[in-house]
Amino acid sequence: MTDVIRTHGLTKYYGAKRVVDSLNLRVERGQVYGFLGRNGAGKSTTIKMLMGMVQPDCGSIELLGEDVATMNPATRARIAYIAEGHPLYNWMTIDEAVRFTRAFYPLWNGTLVEQILDHFELSRKQKLRRLSNGQRAQVSLALAVAPEPELLVLDDPTLGLDTVVRRDFLESLIQIIHREGRTIFFSSHMLGDVERVADRIGIMVDGVLRVDCPTDHFRESVKKLVLEFTGPVPEGFSCQGLVNCWTVGSRLELVLVGYDDQQRAAVEALEPRNIEVVDLNLEEAFIEYTRGRRRSLPLFAEEPRDDQSASDQGAA
Amino acid sequence: MQFQCDTTSRTPIYRQLIEQVRSAVARGRLQPGERLPSVRQLSRELVVNPNTIARAYTELEREGTLITQPGRGVFVAEPRNDLTKRGRQRQLEERLEKLVVEAFHLGFTAEELLALINKRIEQFAFASPTKSEANS
Repeated sequence: MTDVIRTHGLTKYYGAKRVVDSLNLRVERGQVYGFLGRNGAGKSTTIKMLMGMVQPDCGSIELLGEDVATMNPATRARIAYIAEGHPLYNWMTIDEAVRFTRAFYPLWNGTLVEQILDHFELSRKQKLRRLSNGQRAQVSLALAVAPEPELLVLDDPTLGLDTVVRRDFLESLIQIIHREGRTIFFSSHMLGDVERVADRIGIMVDGVLRVDCPTDHFRESVKKLVLEFTGPVPEGFSCQGLVNCWTVGSRLELVLVGYDDQQRAAVEALEPRNIEVVDLNLEEAFIEYTRGRRRSLPLFAEEPRDDQSASDQGAA
Repeated sequence: MQFQCDTTSRTPIYRQLIEQVRSAVARGRLQPGERLPSVRQLSRELVVNPNTIARAYTELEREGTLITQPGRGVFVAEPRNDLTKRGRQRQLEERLEKLVVEAFHLGFTAEELLALINKRIEQFAFASPTKSEANS
């Protein structure tokens, strides 16, 4: 059993709106998975369902091989969760929060808590309500990793943090990654951070998981093409994997997913004077991909993984 | 040697690292036998997933720039060439062709191009002519 997170046909409606649509998610042990999407794409709802805080309308979830709906507390104690905005009991001091949280877990690495509090120069006597956003993030990280969780789930952990605190937070995350076998699942809008830490990304668009692949694979798959024409720019171009296209003066700009020989042939058939293929960084690739014409968004989640996953996905 | 990574660049992080190591070796800033930081060290330093560092190292090892000595670390490899002199020359000529075409269209004269190349060469740790003869 190497899958730490596994969902089958996970679906949630809010009223008539399907906010999460038949989600089949797989995250392997040891992976750092960046869960991306624009606001309202269904990320937080998915995370809340994973944590058992929102009841799915359809489908099931297994974490560490156990169904979330009937999970026993011992398994639950091997999972840590940092909610969006780092909610803490504001009337407690740091020390009280540490002792309070500790009572819920059989395993507790007190040295690690000390190290993190020390590293961030936080005193145990400080009241949580007096802390800055950055310090709250640091405290919730300390509380989350103290039970030595096998799975760490973070909902937009760097939201509202300044650049320096964000870098500190990422450094701590890297330290956690260094501990063997840890799995991290996090949502974020900071694509630079995602590129640094995530092995694999998933992108939700309108409740549907449209991308699920290694981080570099995604950015290498999305290309921008700039075609220049001497005569009029042709209209109504279409080919497989076309995400977006627009005309700028005598140029036609295309965004393509999975650029290959077939697409190249289709583009060359337009007989442009010049074709320039532009690589994109992760943020640019994400923007071009998610603002595209939604209905024709291509799925390219699949590239072979170690085991039977391909056939599995095919059946799904 | 100080590594850098830039997430706004259009070059993937692992590629940036590969290019930095290759350039440092060519310029003599990294010498054969010199030890590189471990994957974990560099990952912590650059705040980058260790798998990304490992990917760069693996690639550099595959092409023969680095060598891993189990239990000891990662080192800059002694220069070795799997290709024949002719094969290497063909590769170089292909790149040269592109460069010359580009220079022509940018409006440079042959003298200017040569001057630029000579100036750039000074920054690199090329072997002296006699030694290079002996090696090939």
